[in-house]
Amino acid sequence: MSGVHTPPGLAAPIHPILRRAVLTGLAFGAGAVHLTVVGVVLMLHQRWIVVGTLSLGEATLLAIAAGAGAMAAANAGTAAGARIMLGLLAGAVAAAPLAALAVLIDLVSLRAIFIALSPDLLAMLTLGLGPATGIALLIAGGAGAGLLGAALQQSPRAVIRAVLPGATAVVVAGVFQELIQLMLQQYEGVVNDVRAFLYSWEGLNPAGAITIFAVTALLGEAVGLRRRRRPAHAPPRDPRRARMMRAGIALLVLAVLPAFAGSYIGQVLMLVGLYILMGMGLNLEIGLAGLLDLGFVAFFAVGAYTTALLTTESAHALLHLSYWLAMPVAVLLSILVGVLFGLPVLGVRGDYLAVATLGLGEIVRVIVQSDFAAPLLGGAQGILEIPKPRIGPYVLGSPVALFYVTLAAAGVAAFVAWRLENSRLGRAWMALRDDEDVAQALGINLIQCKLLAYGLGAAFAGLAGSIFATMLTSVYPSSFQLLISINVLALIIVGGMGSLPGVVLGAVALIGLPELLREFGEYRYLFYGAVLIVMMRLRPEGLWPSDVRQRELHARDETLALDAGSDPLPVQPR
Amino acid sequence: MARMGAVDVALWGMRIGVVLVVVVGTIGTLIKGRYTAAQWFDFVMFGLTIGSIYAQIALGYTMVYGVLRLINFAHGDIVMTGAFAGYFVAAPLDRSGFLQNHPVPGMVAILVVAIATSTTIALLTERIAYRPFRRVVGLAPLICAIGVSFFLEQTFRGAFGSAVKSYPSPEWQRASFNVIGFNVPGIDVLVIGLALLFMLVLYLVVQRTRMGKAMRAVAEDGEAAALMGIDVNKVVVFTFTLGGVMAGIAGVFYAFVYKQVYFFMGFTPGIKAFGAAVLGGIGSIPGAMLGGFFLGLVESVGPSLFLDGIGIPAPYQLRDLIAFTLLIMVLIFRPQGILGERMAKKRA
Amino acid sequence: MADQPILRCQHLTMRFGGLVALSDLDLAVTEHSIHSVIGPNGAGKTTVFNCITQNLTPSSGEVWFAGARVDGLTPDRVAKAGISRTYQNIRLFRNITALENLLVGMHLHLRSTWWGAVLHTPHTVRDERAAHEEALRLLHFVGLRGRGDMLARNLAYGEQRRLEIGRALATKPRLLLLDEPTAGMNPHETTDMMAFIERVRAHFAITILLIEHQMRVVMVMSDRVTVLDHGVKISEGPPQDVQQDPAVIEAYLGTAATRPAAGAGVV
Ligand SMILES: Nc1ncnc2c1ncn2[C@@H]1O[C@H](COP(=O)(O)OP(=O)(O)OP(=O)(O)O)[C@@H](O)[C@H]1O
Ligand SMILES: [Mg+2]
Repeated sequence: MSGVHTPPGLAAPIHPILRRAVLTGLAFGAGAVHLTVVGVVLMLHQRWIVVGTLSLGEATLLAIAAGAGAMAAANAGTAAGARIMLGLLAGAVAAAPLAALAVLIDLVSLRAIFIALSPDLLAMLTLGLGPATGIALLIAGGAGAGLLGAALQQSPRAVIRAVLPGATAVVVAGVFQELIQLMLQQYEGVVNDVRAFLYSWEGLNPAGAITIFAVTALLGEAVGLRRRRRPAHAPPRDPRRARMMRAGIALLVLAVLPAFAGSYIGQVLMLVGLYILMGMGLNLEIGLAGLLDLGFVAFFAVGAYTTALLTTESAHALLHLSYWLAMPVAVLLSILVGVLFGLPVLGVRGDYLAVATLGLGEIVRVIVQSDFAAPLLGGAQGILEIPKPRIGPYVLGSPVALFYVTLAAAGVAAFVAWRLENSRLGRAWMALRDDEDVAQALGINLIQCKLLAYGLGAAFAGLAGSIFATMLTSVYPSSFQLLISINVLALIIVGGMGSLPGVVLGAVALIGLPELLREFGEYRYLFYGAVLIVMMRLRPEGLWPSDVRQRELHARDETLALDAGSDPLPVQPR
Repeated sequence: MARMGAVDVALWGMRIGVVLVVVVGTIGTLIKGRYTAAQWFDFVMFGLTIGSIYAQIALGYTMVYGVLRLINFAHGDIVMTGAFAGYFVAAPLDRSGFLQNHPVPGMVAILVVAIATSTTIALLTERIAYRPFRRVVGLAPLICAIGVSFFLEQTFRGAFGSAVKSYPSPEWQRASFNVIGFNVPGIDVLVIGLALLFMLVLYLVVQRTRMGKAMRAVAEDGEAAALMGIDVNKVVVFTFTLGGVMAGIAGVFYAFVYKQVYFFMGFTPGIKAFGAAVLGGIGSIPGAMLGGFFLGLVESVGPSLFLDGIGIPAPYQLRDLIAFTLLIMVLIFRPQGILGERMAKKRA
Repeated sequence: MADQPILRCQHLTMRFGGLVALSDLDLAVTEHSIHSVIGPNGAGKTTVFNCITQNLTPSSGEVWFAGARVDGLTPDRVAKAGISRTYQNIRLFRNITALENLLVGMHLHLRSTWWGAVLHTPHTVRDERAAHEEALRLLHFVGLRGRGDMLARNLAYGEQRRLEIGRALATKPRLLLLDEPTAGMNPHETTDMMAFIERVRAHFAITILLIEHQMRVVMVMSDRVTVLDHGVKISEGPPQDVQQDPAVIEAYLGTAATRPAAGAGVV
């Protein structure tokens, strides 16, 4: 694929271009087969986007074919019409492996080995029309989607600006129909009428989908036009302020939403909040100090178990403290454990540190699970009967109430992290992230610096663990697996290492969304794995990268202006 | 390197603590005399068996690290893919009685399929996930490798289910010999013997063949090797192939020993084998083998020998604790390993 | 030469396995001087720096700085004692801004604690503000005015060199070690760099130990020159004397084919 290079504008030989389109199609087709064999497609097929018309699974497959088409069209050096035909070809090719799979399922039952290759899947792939017709339709569908993808890729910005938000809005409105309907149902009158027009009781209906698409597309167009009309030479908006505003709005939504959305959303948000808290902590370690810590979950466990032991009403109780006293103790103990672990381990460098901390995390888990520690920690049965925190006579029993506790904690954590980032210590962290030896040669005490990162990270994780314990009112060793560390790592990577708003974005996207699409939970780590690979390859700075890069882009303009002022760099007299 | 006081104190505390546990525990256990000689023999036998498997896995880590300076975090999962592929051959062969009646062709078939699968997947991961990071330093390649690990695990979980599948255990595997009064399980002999054979072959391949020599040259100094006209891509592919082959064999053996497969099975032995590779001196092939055997022995004998003596109940539950403690101690006190002097200097 | 030397290395030896990179080196650097270390490729020049700053622990020998022994200290203690350095292949903190690079260099002289930073105590705020002002002055001094907010890795090559020197100066050293500051520069840029180094010495009144390959620079700038070959000191003295030394000419002619720019006597 890489060997093919056609200079644009020349009459290119047909053959390599076709080959390229076919290869693109096959790559996307392989992806589609992977998702199908793993069972994601059938799982997504259980959810309608538009009732009776389009399921999420079907939409996913179509999107893959469309992606193949767009990619094939994107950099082929031929005329626009030909490119669109290439898209059609790539789309059809992308569907071909699936078609082959369908034939295979039809001929032999593979279910004994591949559990997802069921008759239901065959029915879905062939639209229940029997193999011959179904497979023809499947390939035609792929070709059509590929064509659309290519056409969209080739069309003017104005069209893209309308279609993409429109399609997104329909998917969101369809997939989250249950939640949206529940929310809208609370109101009488117009709101409920609108709901009744858009939705039937099982989901979005076709008329509703068209309406939503049209409205959003028009809105997208309008916003785009307004942007364009702004004079070109107007001063660019201060990116920092814009970002602060966006972050502020996001926080406001987070703060207000649960009050309207009821307890299920409250629970999800609560979890998101906990992960934001942990993300802030790990972000200090990885994002700022560059210490890849895979044993992060250990501190979470220490926080949770300490809280449990100090507040539980069961026989495991060491003391019967109130939650508000137990929490600081839990945090302190997490820091202590962090420092105790950190002292020997932090001399270990780079990738070895990741493995060493992973080992520490596993050690904590093994100990907690063992009979040896069972008299103290309850072994595999864990510790039960942890009371909910109370303020005066009021018990913070509901998820929403606890969510606000989490939010407050996350707010404090964010504040601390933000202040630290722009301090002497934060700069020292970033220095040792970039080059440990040089940082040391400039007088930075590595051990002290690393211990502070490790200890503060542990504090945030311990705090999260403490809240987690009262949220569940029980703690078990199985809640503290390596997977937690991986969750937090993934959300930091997605949001952007070293970026505070990135942590929030990452937590919402990686923790919140899968929680809302409940059946998706099973495939969450598949998705995380893919996310880590893709992000590292394509966008290592994350979706919402830290300030510095933004500042940098901004600074460029300034210095260019300065240079243009023909003011030579100052040369002092000798 | 001279360090700050507190760190020294912590390091010495750790050393002394571990030595204390080992010495006091050993004396306590021996005085109590709870275990018979036959039981000790069993522990050692099992340690060598599992150690031979760790050794094979460790080879994959050590070769890839030598050539790419990358911890192939997904290597344990490559082992898992081999075990799974072997299972889908072994289960029907066992049901039909073929594996029982024709052990040699049966085992060959299982191993071939396992090796083919694990090698293919190892090469795919290299091509798709690792190659773009060839010149990247920092955490990105490792994070990507962690992603690969999860992706593989979850792919297998999705495709084949999350339940633990029990590996067939034909009768001949359960046979045992009597050697000077000790009971020697046949499966152990088979696993250790074959592992030693395969590792010998690997050693010869690396020492004698052109590709093997090129691989060692790249491990020594990648840039110089490239300047000398060695095709680094080919060498990397060769390295992943060798690692994949060893992983496939190790996966099948591991599954036969523990008699089960599931999607997460590769993770723990993977981490441990990495520890073994570091212990032996990362980049060193004999080192990885020695490290693997040593780790297997310590982890098998350790719980009874060290922990029983200090009165810990159910010490076998803490087997992984011993393995991970060893791993961490090695990373802290001897990251250059026992045989890896040269490589460590380069890292400094 | 009446002054007590500010830096003295005695019997400094560094072995890497079988390779002896430095052998029994004695080196004395007079305060406020510019002292050059020259020698063919692989002579052990950078190794001298590494042994002084304790990036490498010398196999044997002693390093004395301003009356105290520094060998055996950690590199951060050496920096605290007043030695700072640059690197042959520029080693800036690439992913933070130019100004932040300088602020990291000032780490030793800032007193704010982490809780002070979180709470913004008046002391911290004052400290930080003063630090920023000083960093800006330093930025100006190294000719990077207006470029403070650029990521270090996006600066031009010459700017990176000067920023690295600025970062080393930010630690307020008494002895500055410069490892080939003109590497990869054309004659024009080299002249600018020479003027810059001279200005650094005058402005900060410090001692400079310089590794250099370009004879022109060495001859013009140095008060004293030490010549290394294969880890052994083969000559030492004022530049003109060293230039005439047959041992030096011999050492350089042996390698002249591989490094024409370093031919002896090219002044
Ligand atoms: N960390 C190290 N490990 C092993 N060998 C080293 C190390 N550092 C330097 N050497 C070796 O020591 C010798 C001296 O190296 P050094 O970098 O001091 O030379 P140099 O005089 O600075 O050369 P150049 O002009 O190329 O910078 C070289 O042979 C080099 O390979
Ligand atoms: Mg050098």
